[in-house]
Amino acid sequence: MEFFFDLVTNGLLVGLTYALVALGFVLIYKATSVINFAQGDLVMFAGYAAAVMLGMRGMPVWLMALVLAVGMVVLGFVIERGILRPLVGQPVIAVIMVTIGLSFVLQGLVAILWGASTRDLPLPVRMEPYILGPVFLSPINLVAAVIAIVFLIAFGLFFTRSRLGVAMRAVADDQQAAMVIGIKVPRVFALSWAIAGLAAAAGGVIWGNMLGVDTFLALVGLKVFPVVILGGLDSIAGAIIGGLILGAVESLAAGYLDPYVGGGTKDFIPYVLMILVLFVRPYGFFGHETIERV
Amino acid sequence: MLKLNNIEVVYDRTILVLHGVSLEVPKGQIVALLGANGAGKSTTLKAISGVLKPERGEIIAGSIDFNGVRIDHREPAEIVKLGISQVMEGRRVFEHLTAEENLIAGAHTRHDRRQIRQDLELVYGYFPRLAERRHVKAGYLSGGEQQMLAIGRGLMSRPKLMLLDEPSLGLAPLLVEEIFEIVLRLNQEEDVTVLLVEQNAAMALSIAHHGYIMENGRIVLDGPAEVLRNNEDIKEFYLGLSEVGVRKSYRDVKHYRRRKRWLS
Ligand SMILES: Nc1ncnc2c1ncn2[C@@H]1O[C@H](COP(=O)(O)OP(=O)(O)O)[C@@H](O)[C@H]1O
Ligand SMILES: [Mg+2]
Repeated sequence: MEFFFDLVTNGLLVGLTYALVALGFVLIYKATSVINFAQGDLVMFAGYAAAVMLGMRGMPVWLMALVLAVGMVVLGFVIERGILRPLVGQPVIAVIMVTIGLSFVLQGLVAILWGASTRDLPLPVRMEPYILGPVFLSPINLVAAVIAIVFLIAFGLFFTRSRLGVAMRAVADDQQAAMVIGIKVPRVFALSWAIAGLAAAAGGVIWGNMLGVDTFLALVGLKVFPVVILGGLDSIAGAIIGGLILGAVESLAAGYLDPYVGGGTKDFIPYVLMILVLFVRPYGFFGHETIERV
Repeated sequence: MLKLNNIEVVYDRTILVLHGVSLEVPKGQIVALLGANGAGKSTTLKAISGVLKPERGEIIAGSIDFNGVRIDHREPAEIVKLGISQVMEGRRVFEHLTAEENLIAGAHTRHDRRQIRQDLELVYGYFPRLAERRHVKAGYLSGGEQQMLAIGRGLMSRPKLMLLDEPSLGLAPLLVEEIFEIVLRLNQEEDVTVLLVEQNAAMALSIAHHGYIMENGRIVLDGPAEVLRNNEDIKEFYLGLSEVGVRKSYRDVKHYRRRKRWLS
């Protein structure tokens, strides 16, 4: 039982980071109806950039974080402006293909810029676990959870309290109606990509630290798919709950199954879960919330 | 105040929907734009507010002037800032936002927070029911409340000219009356000029100063509201049924009357 609690707790902490990266994905989908297959590669790109910066002599972590956050926001803007806006009004399949293309371009780009070998992304976090009764908490998981929670709260406040956030939700509801009240829809599109970039930056640093940075990091980022299938493509709350569930499930799977199969369950269990969910609830557990009046 | 000059609109680069529409909305007035389903009324309003693009529509000829400024081919946000606000057909409230968030979104082009607060109270003054339901998600409001919210949201940009697209659509007669009364008050008390699109001609002409009749993408008749109200052809057309029980267009009616005169 103690082992169980241990796995669930650490899984939930990791799940918060999934939630954060998935949130970036959901935002883009809600606002622009684009399924962004490059979200995982944004995470990887951010991880590389962070590792490279930390490799520079005398670069403090806070400065790296600042430069990375700004850089990823800018990258999000550039991607939207440069390759998605020209495709507005084109068939969905064209847009999807473009994000897949973008995914490979980003992979190629990091290889050219920074080489393919695995890099360390050291953060000033202690290694020995905190012991809380029966539960061993890994400090990096705690740090990751705190970062994710701060981001999620900040995004939550942004969407409910700020006028720009309200405008973004309005665009997600009805684009044309948002246009006639003077909301600049293209600007909202760009903003959702920028936020997705920011979420990817957090994911890249956290997972880069846990796993090391190479192109496999993109695969971790790809776990947003099981998360959003679980929660629903178009639900922010769903992304968070989906992230938590996925984190817990894969942690349990790794803890109980890895000893028998020799490891690696973490990499496919999320997709088993995804397929199962698709059988029962194709729109996820929170997605596609259409309001019907009685 | 607003002047359309020979506007032509196509959808998908092929379907010509407006064949040279000209109309004028003088400051301070309520002007009704009437016509059957598919005549091109909504397209006319979308051309004015600049939101044809998402439907792959385009103005290919003519000009639109607003207070002496050309506004065709401008971005919708600019047009809102100049003082035009459209309330789209079918209400189109943001369902997942609360009523109050809908109103706040309506003030998106403005920056003076204090002024926005005041206007929020102004809207609640005109629509007390929205004040009671301000924290309810708009998707859960009744049809009448949603229409009020759509109009209130349009007011939040402090427009000089409001374009109302069939505000009576799908509402019970009592509610329709209530909403038209408020439109009239907005015109008189808040000095909002109105271009009112309606299929409910009798209702629209009862509050309008002037009316235009549109058919198949053309204006076929216009005149002061009281003249139109008493025009036999309009009466016949808008009573809806001709003698053989078929809904006739204004032109058919005219043709038919002419023939009748001929025969007799
Ligand atoms: N997005 C569109 N694409 C193609 N045709 C359209 C589109 N919107 C409207 N139409 C056509 O244009 C004509 C006028 O439509 P509309 O302006 O909505 O008329 P009304 O508001 O008077 O009912 C109709 O024949 C309609 O089928
Ligand atoms: Mg219409």
